[in-house]
Amino acid sequence: MKIIVLIKQVPESQATRMDETTGTLIREAASSVINPLDLHAIECALLIKEAAKEKCEIVCLSMGPPAATKVLREAMALGVDHGVLLSDRAFAGSDTWCTAFTLAAAVRKLGLPDLILCGERATDGETGQTGPAMGAFLDLPVISFVSHIEQIAGGWRARRMLEDGYETVEIDGPALACVLKEAAVPRLPTLQGKRLSRAKDIDIMSAQDLGVSQDDTGLKASPTRVVKIFRPSHLKKCEKLPAMDPAQAEKAVDRVVCLLKEKGLI
Amino acid sequence: MSPKAVWILAEQREGKVADVSYELITRGRELADQRGTELCAVILGDNLSDAELQTLIDRGCDRVLHASAPELRHFLPEPYDKCLQALIVKEQPEILIAAATSTGRTVMPCVAGPLRAGLTADCTGLQIEADTGNLLQTRPAAGGNIMATIKTPERRPQMATVRPHSTRPAPSISGRTGRIDRWQPPADLLKSRVRRVDYTPAVETQAIQDADVVVAVGRGFKKGDNVELARKLANVLDGAVGASREAVDRGWLPYPAQVGLSGKTVSPKLYIAVGVSGTVQHLAGMQTSETIIAINSDSEAPIFNYAEIGLCGDLFTLLPMLTAKIAAAKQS
Ligand SMILES: Cc1cc2nc3c(=O)[nH]c(=O)nc-3n(C[C@H](O)[C@H](O)[C@H](O)COP(=O)(O)OP(=O)(O)OC[C@H]3O[C@@H](n4cnc5c(N)ncnc54)[C@H](O)[C@@H]3O)c2cc1C
Ligand SMILES: Cc1cc2nc3c(=O)[nH]c(=O)nc-3n(C[C@H](O)[C@H](O)[C@H](O)COP(=O)(O)OP(=O)(O)OC[C@H]3O[C@@H](n4cnc5c(N)ncnc54)[C@H](O)[C@@H]3O)c2cc1C
Repeated sequence: MKIIVLIKQVPESQATRMDETTGTLIREAASSVINPLDLHAIECALLIKEAAKEKCEIVCLSMGPPAATKVLREAMALGVDHGVLLSDRAFAGSDTWCTAFTLAAAVRKLGLPDLILCGERATDGETGQTGPAMGAFLDLPVISFVSHIEQIAGGWRARRMLEDGYETVEIDGPALACVLKEAAVPRLPTLQGKRLSRAKDIDIMSAQDLGVSQDDTGLKASPTRVVKIFRPSHLKKCEKLPAMDPAQAEKAVDRVVCLLKEKGLI
Repeated sequence: MSPKAVWILAEQREGKVADVSYELITRGRELADQRGTELCAVILGDNLSDAELQTLIDRGCDRVLHASAPELRHFLPEPYDKCLQALIVKEQPEILIAAATSTGRTVMPCVAGPLRAGLTADCTGLQIEADTGNLLQTRPAAGGNIMATIKTPERRPQMATVRPHSTRPAPSISGRTGRIDRWQPPADLLKSRVRRVDYTPAVETQAIQDADVVVAVGRGFKKGDNVELARKLANVLDGAVGASREAVDRGWLPYPAQVGLSGKTVSPKLYIAVGVSGTVQHLAGMQTSETIIAINSDSEAPIFNYAEIGLCGDLFTLLPMLTAKIAAAKQS
């Protein structure tokens, strides 16, 4: 059995810095980590491997700058067998269509696995589109918002979190699953894992290695264009009311009730 | 010739049109009027009644296109994807918007892939660009810290998912007319490798992402029994109870109630954060709420930077008082 886990390198801090004059993101500023939800995807893969009767190989696949080898190493320290990095200037600026297309091409090169796992969304772009689009390119059924997944005879059983409840589905054959935090609690790397990970190779693949042309990857090929990036004005001038003693509390609560009335909320 | 139609992907549950569809009509109607074209609702399901489909017309659609088959009764990724793709290829709409729900967020990228369409996620603003007629799609990213405006200049349809509750549902107007087309997809589009084997409704009565009011419980509640205080406040406001990760990790509330980076993103009209400090990870899930009120005993808690009104005091005194006063205000 083979499982491919998609991991994205994201800035560690949510407080993204922005170049106010050009309206673009300053990415180098923050140090990079594995997208937090992808840790849950890795853990799902490790649990499936541990429960499997057959031999199972876990490969982590990432598309990003050369520095993304760091997150692949971190994944290997957790017990992932192999890391593959797609890195090429030609990939730069890919939107989700191009990202999914490129990742799908890599999966075809690596050989279609029994399961592809990815996070539900990345903390920076936050579209949650990469996984499902990739499933479509590979003609795999897409199981999204997965809160639990296990192997069954001939396929997979998964629980999905919907708006109003939980649904259980069974899938015949290979699938692509996008997992939620709830799916598994990530383990911590062990010293031995870290040591072993340093000895493992990371394959680096370029556009040419994948046979992906510039018409299908990178900024120019992307159907979407970012026209403008700006900072929202969420920061409010807060009307801070002391409410430590009963008299203050009473006054403060009255003010809240008054605001709710003004806004038509009650 | 007028431009091709604007489509919305309406949703149904158990044969009833889901409310989020009416929010899409509000968006879609505006766009169709600006483009001088027709607004069509596509809805997949199992033989919905004419009366039910008519509600989409009453609220502003010119046409309803209902793909109907027993296999489409519940969302299944493959038949939904294949049927929607077939309709798009046949009719070539100019714009297709869906709700950013578990259904919309799954099926739209699957459809956009093979059609090579651009897709913008979780938009809170949609506009037509004056000189080009292109759709300008604005969305929050990076936990609400930035907003991006995106367009798809070349490929069609222009596709977007829209954040639920980011606009009002379109009102019903009596006497509106439109046409209803029913389509029975051929069997090869209905094949599915996925089977739905079980369904369990959520324990919480109202899902936080559907609520107009969310009362959020943080670690300041000290223990699970105290969550009752938040529930009482939520009840008088017809709202739902959300939680910080600290509250979920302690088992006070189930994971579907978690707001934030690794939980849900909500954008209600009113968000009351109680005993929640306001870490970046929590803010990521709620800072686009319309009105935020914070209750916290620490006057320096970061949540206050995002609140319109902040009460610096003890939640165990303030919550019951607030609940009682709101109940009284509603009486009078
Ligand atoms: C502000 C902003 C807004 C954007 N909005 C859009 C938009 O609306 N539409 C659009 O098409 N593009 C958009 N993009 C581009 C998009 O962010 C990139 O294409 C990005 O590479 C993938 O999307 P994501 O970050 O949303 O990941 P998501 O789709 O949220 O990631 C989900 C999962 O997919 C996997 N994954 C994602 N990227 C990679 C990767 N590089 N390598 C390995 N696995 C990966 C991970 O498992 C991850 O958990 C936007 C970019 C920015 C900066
Ligand atoms: C990768 C990652 C993902 C995460 N995802 C999420 C997420 O999705 N959602 C999330 O919420 N967190 C998330 N977190 C966790 C986050 O960092 C914080 O730990 C969490 O948000 C804190 O929850 P809290 O505000 O309830 O608790 P605390 O930060 O401990 O705050 C408790 C607050 O209660 C106040 N308080 C105490 N007693 C009283 C009283 N009697 N009356 C009034 N106020 C009182 C205190 O002053 C304090 O401000 C994530 C963290 C990481 C690293």
